[in-house]
Amino acid sequence: MASTTSFTLILLGSILANNILLAKFLGMCSFIAISRSMRTAFGMGAAVTFVTFCTTLLNYAIYTGVLRHGSHFLPAVDLSYLSFLIFILVIAGFVQLVEMVLERFMPSLYFSLGIYLPLITVNCAILGVNLFMIDQGLIYDFAQTAVYALGSGLGFWLAICLMAGIRQRLREADIPLPLQGLGMAVIITGLMAMAFMGFTGMVN
Amino acid sequence: MIYLQAILVLAALGGGLAVLLLLAGRYICNYGECRVKINDREPITVQGGGKLLDALYANDIFIPSACGGQGTCGFCKLRVLNGGGPVLPTETPFLTTDELNAGARLACQVKIRNDLEIVVKDEYLLVQRFAATVSAARMVTSDIRELHLKLLDPARIDFRPGQYIQIAVPHKRETVFRAYSLASPPSMAGEVELLVRLIPGGLGSTYLHRVQPGDAVTFTGPYGEFELDTAPDTELVCVGGGCGMAPMRSLLRHVAETAPDHPCWLFFGARTSDQLMYREELEALAQKMPKLRLHFALSEPDKSPDWTGETGFIHQSAERHLQPGQARQAFLCGPPQMLAAARKVLKDKGLDDKAIFADEF
Repeated sequence: MASTTSFTLILLGSILANNILLAKFLGMCSFIAISRSMRTAFGMGAAVTFVTFCTTLLNYAIYTGVLRHGSHFLPAVDLSYLSFLIFILVIAGFVQLVEMVLERFMPSLYFSLGIYLPLITVNCAILGVNLFMIDQGLIYDFAQTAVYALGSGLGFWLAICLMAGIRQRLREADIPLPLQGLGMAVIITGLMAMAFMGFTGMVN
Repeated sequence: MIYLQAILVLAALGGGLAVLLLLAGRYICNYGECRVKINDREPITVQGGGKLLDALYANDIFIPSACGGQGTCGFCKLRVLNGGGPVLPTETPFLTTDELNAGARLACQVKIRNDLEIVVKDEYLLVQRFAATVSAARMVTSDIRELHLKLLDPARIDFRPGQYIQIAVPHKRETVFRAYSLASPPSMAGEVELLVRLIPGGLGSTYLHRVQPGDAVTFTGPYGEFELDTAPDTELVCVGGGCGMAPMRSLLRHVAETAPDHPCWLFFGARTSDQLMYREELEALAQKMPKLRLHFALSEPDKSPDWTGETGFIHQSAERHLQPGQARQAFLCGPPQMLAAARKVLKDKGLDDKAIFADEF
């Protein structure tokens, strides 16, 4: 039985020390493209967190139920080499489904998240979290995976909102012409990544 | 055996997802019947879940749309008073702040989720769908084809010179619409004439260069806001190039039939002399119209050694010949750079924006 301490460690580890954006450098395209204003960054973060959490749990169930060696339904065969393909399928299908449900039953949420949902179908941060889950031979149980997925999503959310906050301030700043826009965004990402490295010692 | 299992697992998961999505699409995306109220008419009942543009076309309301509902042309603007939901990011590039405040939307981006109340321009309610057949076709320059379409149902079209129609172009399993100006005068109501420049890879132009006499063609129309100012002292100034000749042919022939004394200018630019079309015909028209002044200019005269007329860009020709201080109405049709230059010249000659009508292609 996992203790509360281990949950806290996994959560903090995935939000801060192993931040999916700033430590693993996944999901950069949406991170750079959608961090110009706080409102859209917040929406993107929320959508990524939600989809990461749900798809990781779904894929955990598929992986332990069917794919891995000694799985629940097909214990004799090792189909884990299919996980890459199947995880992508599940993520894309899930995003479609969520989009339909939101549009029908929660139009206000749909319109605030709406365009970000299709965008994250191909967000590598989400596939990354799904794959890290099985990276070292499934070190987490179901509950721990849930916490890990939630933490990773929250880490994305935190990082993209921080970035948006900084970029909003930068609009007033006097930036040298060659660095305006993306140039400065990449430098800031580097500085933020260095700051987040400070958390590494905290968890280990 | 292991390969079979892998394939089965993949197929089962993929198929399961597909079935799940299909079912979800069937039941979740079912919005039932919705009522769409257009202007002050009786509401029409449509199946919800589709795009507003498709629903309007299914009910014989043909608002302009050139891109086939992709949200790239911005033609299908209308006002949604009620029930349209928030404006989507795909629409904002096409709408000005004033239009947004008035409730303007792109019909191809508005999904019918509930009852709607919309306002479309009254003239769009008069737009009809025409079944026609190609009656004649010939090449007038190396890449421009003159095409005659005989109307079958309805058998007549009422339009103003300078208006355009939208040709239904079959593309894969869909239909997309492409806009072409009418080159025939309104008096020729049973048949329309088009000028089509072949654009390699273009859907509409390759289709219209492919059809042969006897082939069936469908179009909707007429569209366009240009209204000829018939006041006898207001000069009509036409500036254009390429298949910009089409609406000008319609205008000049209409003027020749209805008011041959109306003062008109035609400035027509081309690169080389073989791109100047209808010169004899226009010069014959000028015999009947004492106040029609024709000016042709070539921008690459060294490629047409026997050319003795004007050279340079067509807006420079207009600048040379037009004197300021005259009431004028301008109709511009041609490539965007040509129109921008011509617009500047006309403004310098004292025309205000309202008197300049531009049809870009």
